[in-house]
Amino acid sequence: MTIAQVFDYQRPESLEQAVQMLAEHGGDVRVLAGGTDLVAWLRDEAVAPDLLVDIKQIEGLGEISDEGDAVSIGSLVTFTDVINSGLVAARLPLVSEMSATVASVGIRNRATLVGNICSAVPSCDAGPPLLVHGAIVHTFGRAGARQIPIDDWFLGPRETALAPGEIVTKVVIPVPPGGHGAAFVRLSRYEGEDLAQASVAIVAPADHRFRVAFGAVAATPMRARRIESLLEGKALDPTLVAEAIALVSEEISPISDIRASKEFRLRMSEVMLQRGLKAAVERLEGNGPSYGTNLM
Amino acid sequence: MRTDVSVTINGEPWLLAVESNDVLLETLRSKVGVKSPKIGCERGDCGTCTVLLDGHTVRSCLVLSVEVDGHEVVTLEGLDDEGLTELQQFFVDMNSFQCGFCAPGIVLAAAELLEENSRPSREEVQEAIGGNLCRCTGYDPIIDAVLAAADAGGRATQ
Repeated sequence: MTIAQVFDYQRPESLEQAVQMLAEHGGDVRVLAGGTDLVAWLRDEAVAPDLLVDIKQIEGLGEISDEGDAVSIGSLVTFTDVINSGLVAARLPLVSEMSATVASVGIRNRATLVGNICSAVPSCDAGPPLLVHGAIVHTFGRAGARQIPIDDWFLGPRETALAPGEIVTKVVIPVPPGGHGAAFVRLSRYEGEDLAQASVAIVAPADHRFRVAFGAVAATPMRARRIESLLEGKALDPTLVAEAIALVSEEISPISDIRASKEFRLRMSEVMLQRGLKAAVERLEGNGPSYGTNLM
Repeated sequence: MRTDVSVTINGEPWLLAVESNDVLLETLRSKVGVKSPKIGCERGDCGTCTVLLDGHTVRSCLVLSVEVDGHEVVTLEGLDDEGLTELQQFFVDMNSFQCGFCAPGIVLAAAELLEENSRPSREEVQEAIGGNLCRCTGYDPIIDAVLAAADAGGRATQ
């Protein structure tokens, strides 16, 4: 019922202080932001930290800012903040569309987008959209700052490229130049609180160099590079879409679990790719379903 | 690790001695004596433990008590000093709840919605309470009451 394990708790007021706490502490240290995954994991004893470093008091991590050719999302920005951001809606509608599908209001008010990719569960909703946008994860540690391309970020279930002693400060998401359409398609057992059974994110830029990524159908969120190469620069017609769908089973490696069988995930991923491609291209051309429309 | 936490709960200042592993839901129920947040799934899925933290709904089962130091918590008990809000009266009048276990969470979720959006659509009400499970009603009488309260123009927290 309660959390049985014991740990210390610190609330630094600056990034430098936080990094010092992480460096000086010898044992297992966890960074706490929204806590919607971490507190559940503490209760489940899926993690056993000696110390939690709560970064919510640190100034400057809660900002969404326009960087010209990219939008930067600080590590304390919640999914609700993303949904309410006109800047994100205008420049990265895929990220808004994804954020509105995450869990429920009460979770989105607390859960952060950066925390979602730090938890790095295979079904993490932010993974596929950040992959197709080529986001850069900015970290800070005693050895200084690092910029990690999102393609190198996810290493396995709940495993990332974040080094011990480092904190993610923000994720910088490039805006495709020259206009784009996009789509996030998410399948779950019911609308509301459920984790994704499968998801797909698609960016259709003006030059049709499509980017496609899947979630919840492999050990990590993943780019579908063979599908991307097949589609590159081409106009979508039914034959090409059929060829792309035929590649899905080669790209993804879903498992069966309590939420879906691998066969269901595979078949639905094919359907979701088809619907997502259609919506992304229609949105590029200015006549698609509005962002936020459930395509399933 | 024992820490003193200074927090406003339903408008009253509290100084609470808590352990690092104490969860807000437990602290509210056992130390503060506020019983409206219910112990349900304890993993953020069911919404029965919903409270307002700095004006926004959160799952008190997923918040550590030490995290609310310097913040403001409002539970159903603190929504109105003088009895029921207009929104709550609509829930009563329209017989929205049966067992009532989900009611505190749903009232707070609906109150947050109406604060931000005084004329929600049916779909927006469904989305707002999408993380609050009710096993009795099938949701329709709950949604109807929120829409009726919005139609009446009553502010949710007055």
